[in-house]
Amino acid sequence: MLVVLVASGLLMSHCNISSNNADLTEKNLKSETIVTGLNMPWAMAFLPDGRVLVTERGGKLRLVKGNQLDPQEVAGIPKVYYRGQGGLLDVVLHPNYKENGWIYISYSSPKKEGEAGEDNGANTALMRAKLDGHQLTNIEHLYKASPNVRGGVHFGGKILFDNKGYVFLSLGERGQKENSQNLSKAQGKMVRLHEDGKIPTDNPFVKTKDALPEIWSYGHRNPQGLVIHPATGTIWAHEHGPQGGDELNIVEKGKNYGWPLITYGIDYDNSIISDKTEAPGLEQPVIYWKPSIAPCGMTFVNSPNFKDWNGDLLVGSLKFQNLEHLIIKGNKVVKKEIIFDKIGRVRDVKQGPDGNIYVVIESSGSIVKISPKA
Amino acid sequence: MKLLTTLGCGAIYAFTFFSNVQEDLSASISRGKELYKESCITCHLANGEGVKGTFPPLAKADFLTKYPEKSIYAVKFGMSGKITVNGVAYNNAMPPSGFGDDEIADVMNYIRNSFGNKNTQLVTEKMVAAIKEK
Repeated sequence: MLVVLVASGLLMSHCNISSNNADLTEKNLKSETIVTGLNMPWAMAFLPDGRVLVTERGGKLRLVKGNQLDPQEVAGIPKVYYRGQGGLLDVVLHPNYKENGWIYISYSSPKKEGEAGEDNGANTALMRAKLDGHQLTNIEHLYKASPNVRGGVHFGGKILFDNKGYVFLSLGERGQKENSQNLSKAQGKMVRLHEDGKIPTDNPFVKTKDALPEIWSYGHRNPQGLVIHPATGTIWAHEHGPQGGDELNIVEKGKNYGWPLITYGIDYDNSIISDKTEAPGLEQPVIYWKPSIAPCGMTFVNSPNFKDWNGDLLVGSLKFQNLEHLIIKGNKVVKKEIIFDKIGRVRDVKQGPDGNIYVVIESSGSIVKISPKA
Repeated sequence: MKLLTTLGCGAIYAFTFFSNVQEDLSASISRGKELYKESCITCHLANGEGVKGTFPPLAKADFLTKYPEKSIYAVKFGMSGKITVNGVAYNNAMPPSGFGDDEIADVMNYIRNSFGNKNTQLVTEKMVAAIKEK
């Protein structure tokens, strides 16, 4: 009896030691394609009944049930500006979705009459609606970034709830880098709204002359990863930079993230954007990627299935078609590694309600599930 | 004599036609350059060299001359899977541009006449319209 106790005690302590020392690696994980047939998927959201909502950039909202793509799309999505990087973008459920049924959706919205900006232009908009069968109902248009700009680049479009009653939306600079520094234009900004779209009176530039009151932070280029740390509540965002200048930032109230005054990259036409990588009053990134990985989608890991990785970030790469696992200590990235190389062009990375990781792949129109090997 | 007249007329017609085509081509190329900067440059780069093994080059790319229709198809509807360009294998995916047929013609004319490429045969909106999704 004693022997058994001692033996099991030893076994247990051995298990503890191994789980603390032997880090979880890709070798311990498996990836399975669980859904196919999507056309240019961009983002996904898990409904409490087990179904999954998926946006297709061309302008369709789709439902997945039991790993099968529902052939009938969800009706009620407004006309989107499907050009370049534009179209139907993010979908996120309200944190209290079970009680209120609100689904938040972002998209590239073509210019409507009376709106500021260029004809045939567009900018990023945020709406919310409820799902009734295959129909969106109670549609509310909460916000549209101004002005409209022609051209198909840099829409941002990521939606985040901070669980304090606010919703954040990331906005790209629509190819006009100088406007990232212009507080009278909603380009290259993070905006913070009440969940009904009203502008909070404690936003940082509410009292600044000529500044847009929705702005939370500025000096961004094209942020397409936006998450909240599960323990500390800090907001982390990554953005597509110029060549060699993709960044991971911790986003804080009123701060200027420097684009295009400082950058670690050069322009895609090889011209120099700035000879400075840092300057007083401008925030430094947590890390930058050289070469650029074209980061898209991101999640903090907070799951019993990936214990060794809890508190770490998983970042998708459009360019190199893989995931990056960033090991986080405090506000620093202490190590990064590539996992699931050649998985495809990653658009979205989410932790599912079952604690597994789900990855939306644009190139193959699929969703891949990553989970521990038995 | 009749033959000579025909030839003469043909020459004049060809000359007029050719110079119009030249003008059309250079206007199309300059419109295409702007579109290239908007949607193509981040992967294929300013010099059309791409990123070896990741994004195929357009500069002196055999793929463009061998498969002009496939190239237009890729801009119009996107492209994915294995291809070989100038002897290097690529297995990536390009999203559709969302450009109109006229714009696709412009960007093709720019690509076919930049980065050391030369192809004076004009790609027209009509040619792009004729390429249908498979």
